[in-house]
Amino acid sequence: MLKQIEGSRAVAEAIALCRPQVICAYPITPQTHIVEGVGEMVKSGELTNCEFINVESEFAALSVAIGASAAGARTYTATSSQGLLFMAEAVYNASGLGLPIVMTIGTRAIGAPINIWNDHSDSMSMRDAGWIQLFAETNQEALDLHIQAFRLAEELSCPVMVCMDGFILTHAYDRVDMPTQAQVDAYLPPFEPRQVLDPSEPVTIGAMVGPEAFTEVRYLAHHKQLRALALIPKLSAEFVAQFGRESGGLVRTYRSDDAETIVVALGSVIGTVKEVIDAMRDDGIAIGCVSICSFRPFPLAVLREALERAKRVVVLEKCLAVGLGGIVSDGVRKALSGIMLKGYTVIAGLGGRAITMSSLRQLFDDARADELEQVTFLDLNADIVAGELERETTLRRSGPTAEAILRRLGTVASRIA
Amino acid sequence: MDKPFAITLDVGSSLANKTGSWRAQRPLYVDRLPPCNNACPAGENIQHWLYHAESGDYEAAWRALVVDNPLPAIMGRVCYHPCEGACNRGQLDAAVGINSVERFLGDEALHRGWKFDPPAPSSGKKVLVVGAGPSGLSAAYHLRRMGHAVKIVEAGPMAGGMMRFGIPKYRLPRDVLDGEVARIVDLGVELELGRKVSDIHKAMQAEGCTAAFLAVGAHIAKRAYIPAGEAARMLDAVSVLRGMEGDDKPMLGRRVVVYGGGNTALDVARTAKRLGATESIIVYRRTREKMPAHDFEVEEALQEGVLIKWLSTIKNMGDEGTLTVEKMELDDKGFPQPTGEIETLAADSLVLALGQDVDLSLLENVPGLEIKGGVVQVGANMMTGFPGLFAGGDMVPSERTVTVAVGHGKKAARHIDAWLRGTAYVAPPKHEIAAFDKLNAWYYADAPKTVRPMLDLARRTSTFDEVVSGLNETNALFEARRCLSCGNCFECDNCYGVCPDNSVIKLGPGKRFEFNYDYCKGCGICVSECPCGAIMMVPETN
Amino acid sequence: MNRHEKLMELPTQRQPVKFYQTGTFTVGNRLLPENLRSVQADIGRTNSLNSGHRACQGCGEALGARYAIDAAMRATDNQLVAVNATGCLEVFSTPYPETSWQIPWIHSLFGNAAAVASGVAAAQRVRGRPHVRVVAQGGDGGTTDIGFGCLSGMFERNDDVLYICYDNEAYMNTGVQRSSATPPGARTATTPALGREPGNVSGTGKNVPLIAMAHRIPYVATASVANLHDLELKVTTAMEFHGARYIHIHVPCPLGWGSLPADTIRIARLAVESGLFPLFEARDGHVSARTPIRRKVAVDEYLKLQKRFAHLFASPAGRERIALIQATADRNIEEFGLLEDEATRG
Repeated sequence: MLKQIEGSRAVAEAIALCRPQVICAYPITPQTHIVEGVGEMVKSGELTNCEFINVESEFAALSVAIGASAAGARTYTATSSQGLLFMAEAVYNASGLGLPIVMTIGTRAIGAPINIWNDHSDSMSMRDAGWIQLFAETNQEALDLHIQAFRLAEELSCPVMVCMDGFILTHAYDRVDMPTQAQVDAYLPPFEPRQVLDPSEPVTIGAMVGPEAFTEVRYLAHHKQLRALALIPKLSAEFVAQFGRESGGLVRTYRSDDAETIVVALGSVIGTVKEVIDAMRDDGIAIGCVSICSFRPFPLAVLREALERAKRVVVLEKCLAVGLGGIVSDGVRKALSGIMLKGYTVIAGLGGRAITMSSLRQLFDDARADELEQVTFLDLNADIVAGELERETTLRRSGPTAEAILRRLGTVASRIA
Repeated sequence: MDKPFAITLDVGSSLANKTGSWRAQRPLYVDRLPPCNNACPAGENIQHWLYHAESGDYEAAWRALVVDNPLPAIMGRVCYHPCEGACNRGQLDAAVGINSVERFLGDEALHRGWKFDPPAPSSGKKVLVVGAGPSGLSAAYHLRRMGHAVKIVEAGPMAGGMMRFGIPKYRLPRDVLDGEVARIVDLGVELELGRKVSDIHKAMQAEGCTAAFLAVGAHIAKRAYIPAGEAARMLDAVSVLRGMEGDDKPMLGRRVVVYGGGNTALDVARTAKRLGATESIIVYRRTREKMPAHDFEVEEALQEGVLIKWLSTIKNMGDEGTLTVEKMELDDKGFPQPTGEIETLAADSLVLALGQDVDLSLLENVPGLEIKGGVVQVGANMMTGFPGLFAGGDMVPSERTVTVAVGHGKKAARHIDAWLRGTAYVAPPKHEIAAFDKLNAWYYADAPKTVRPMLDLARRTSTFDEVVSGLNETNALFEARRCLSCGNCFECDNCYGVCPDNSVIKLGPGKRFEFNYDYCKGCGICVSECPCGAIMMVPETN
Repeated sequence: MNRHEKLMELPTQRQPVKFYQTGTFTVGNRLLPENLRSVQADIGRTNSLNSGHRACQGCGEALGARYAIDAAMRATDNQLVAVNATGCLEVFSTPYPETSWQIPWIHSLFGNAAAVASGVAAAQRVRGRPHVRVVAQGGDGGTTDIGFGCLSGMFERNDDVLYICYDNEAYMNTGVQRSSATPPGARTATTPALGREPGNVSGTGKNVPLIAMAHRIPYVATASVANLHDLELKVTTAMEFHGARYIHIHVPCPLGWGSLPADTIRIARLAVESGLFPLFEARDGHVSARTPIRRKVAVDEYLKLQKRFAHLFASPAGRERIALIQATADRNIEEFGLLEDEATRG
């Protein structure tokens, strides 16, 4: 059924269709509307047989989810940014225990400076925590990925994060095709836990493992992700069969078959990238793009296949590996190991800065001309940076950088005496 | 369940980890000797019969008791219970009233008509016992149960010896005495009364006995020279008390003076009160602290109105019923010395209670005997210098109490039995005593001693009804349960419960516990928390 | 009427006598009716925490955990799931490849046991298995410090969880560092017996049972490994309630306290008998019962068996601090009415 609704609402309804049994909620912008939506459905009785638990922190949210999942309940939670960091210890623990929890990340920047807007710093910080990470391009895909995520998590006994861009997707009203309960039920069988806390078959879960077996345990976690590389396309294909539309998978290509320049990106920015590509194609330029849906496991082989014929690759990232550059670029570079082509890392959209079509057009043109730095910060205000750097060299006690920049921009009226 | 590797484990699998290897010392269950048992002259396993009494199984308790002592109803009245003096509970609140529980069990047995277990199969041997006092009865009983034929020959008209002719009825009712004697006779012991054995050899030959146990007691009153007028009425305690058993009670008059400081003196003084004396005065040459009589009996006598003149000796007795008494004082060594201070005392009669001697005439023709201080010397096996001839009770060196006599009987019976079989009885080694510091007394519920009801004072001084009544079932059970079970496991489950390593195996009711040394780390909590001190730590040797 | 007296009042089938030699002070008592004996006396007890665990000799926590979980197992007819915080209990009981637990058990993190337990409880409700009950357990560090946020959250939501804190008054697993449950004066690795105020400073500490009560949860109790029947009764009572429940169990640690392994229960008993560790119950935020002290002792009796307090006996200043500790004990006795006459009067 087609609906014009907010992305968060769409995801909330999709979650409800997945018949979750325990949902933990702790507020943090921009994921709040999702759990509010599900909570409303539980409270109204629309979603039955589901415990909606308001906890006192993100750490507790995922911890409650860990307990519920280990006790055999289909479990869901959502968070963003600082919240994800606050639950970091539990994030690793959930995957270490092999618990098929699904968690939405309404992706958002990490402070300080505190910033509620979108980038991918939060989910990327947990890239090695052992969770599967799927990035949604649109609200429709966000909705669809959650349905696939439960299936994937439960088949592998591995937790899955569905990452959707904060505000850009979570708060955007868009038309989505909401599946029916029967469709979802046909795709997603009831949860049969691989291990469960059950008095009739008691086990000890969460043993202490020393050097004698720790490497093996970690290898098996890695192996589980490698299995996901095969399972994700399979589930995506089944999804097409059941729901009649493409969603998910490892990567998706767009006009990249004959492209000399290929842009690699994740999430909602793909939409803008595609529009720029269409315009450039109209101008006869051989450019295309590849969007990564499965960031963990990272699809090295399919990426290589999609990129190996290009002359140059531009990786557009909403996250910064401070002191290094790109995070996604590392993976892409590894996928292209041994292949001689130009590679550019572009850091863009940090803390919610708009990625405009004109900036992208300029960026791609510069790339085609091979006039880009190895690492480029899109739309970086060079004057501000230069001024701030100068101020810091002259003042021992230069104060907080962020505030200084805001003052320079005139956003903050106050002055330090 | 398809369990993830290493992270998820099968339950209880730590049994593979034998933590016993950590141990530097190991706990051991031990049985220590309870102080009560150690103190009992009759060798009773007091704690053992209390154990059964605690659960209300009085017959089992009685049966355990009579394994050592066939006269519990008597002993429960006349024993001076050294067990209670030794009882560890005395350091907690008050000693367990062992004696009163014993009496309850004895009375219960008489009341319910419980019989002894039948004797062992006949040994074909026969033993002659001379004297039907506590020692003779005890020996006869034990020998009979061991399967020997036993004949008791008693000079007196009734069985009981000093229990009948020395202990007043108000302390030992005669139906109780008769009942316990009858039960021994019922076991198949032959009892011949009114025959004095004058030659032991002949008597043994006549009865076809190769062994004999002599327990004729000490019935001859000791005399002291006290100048007296011809009309003065001077008697001895033995004949007064013996006279109480006949139809003609002794004539003591209104003012009676008893000379002596032992229990017999008190018995006579209290008897005199009951016979109608208005004044019953004990004259004793030393102080109350030095008096051999038991303090509780002194107390009871004083309550009944008996007067005691301490530090006094009797110089003479005049015809007019006056006694001349000299005050004494104790010297540095505690001996009484005359002061020359004289007073007179009116007395219708003077009863001498100065101790008794043994009539040894039956032993005149026996070679090899050693007589010293008027008593027959015996070895550790109770045998006299003549092989096969054993002796016990008041006629051998000992404290002259019913309890000691009963103990002699048991001990002699064991040695006689061995001697008849051509072997020697070796007593099992004694365990270490379970002293108070071995206990963890915290675990025992607080419970003051049950005081036995005393007969109303007016009745005590005018009748021969028993002064001290027994416990009823409720308070006997209460009293039994005050036992701390010193040194011996009473299955409180503490060790089983307090082991942090579950390395105590509970074997079930009556079977106690075992250590599982596979897992015991040797922490010693079981030892610390064992209420009764039945566990000890020993160093691990390897 | 205190619990002990209540037990004594119960009629028995066999005997009219209300005195049982050891009453209920010992683990078992052959004279007591079966239903009044402790769970630990049962020849077929669960041994939820099995042999072969790697706790130190004389570990109070190992003992307390078996006492509590076995009691909970009996109370729930073995329909129990346990959640464990990181700490000694977790480490000594579940090193791969062996576990000592005989019940469904999960360890997640140091600070989240209460939250994980909330999740387990929620799963039971939603899976239609409300008869399966949940216990969370942790040491004092995992409870009063790092796990305190999750604990308070669980209380506040009144989730159907019994949380048991085994309090050995410091971080023992990491090598005896101070926690918010470390008593004043105690020497730990991070409060050495040095300087002007040796050992842990006075005037600090966190009383989690009272804080739990402030959440107005249905049931809060303190217990000690030195009083098994009391402990079992409290666990059993706790399992009669639904909603958040909290039991704080005092468990001596020979390693961290510098005491003899054999003295573990003796020391726990002295803590109770001195008034330093009051045993009480609270319902809906109000103290509803307390276990009277049987034989009051001075705090010295308790302190002197532990090397962590040895420095207090070595100087006049230390003596003054002992006097402060005694004052704390006396205040507990007064506040909770721990002496028999006060207890029966109240």
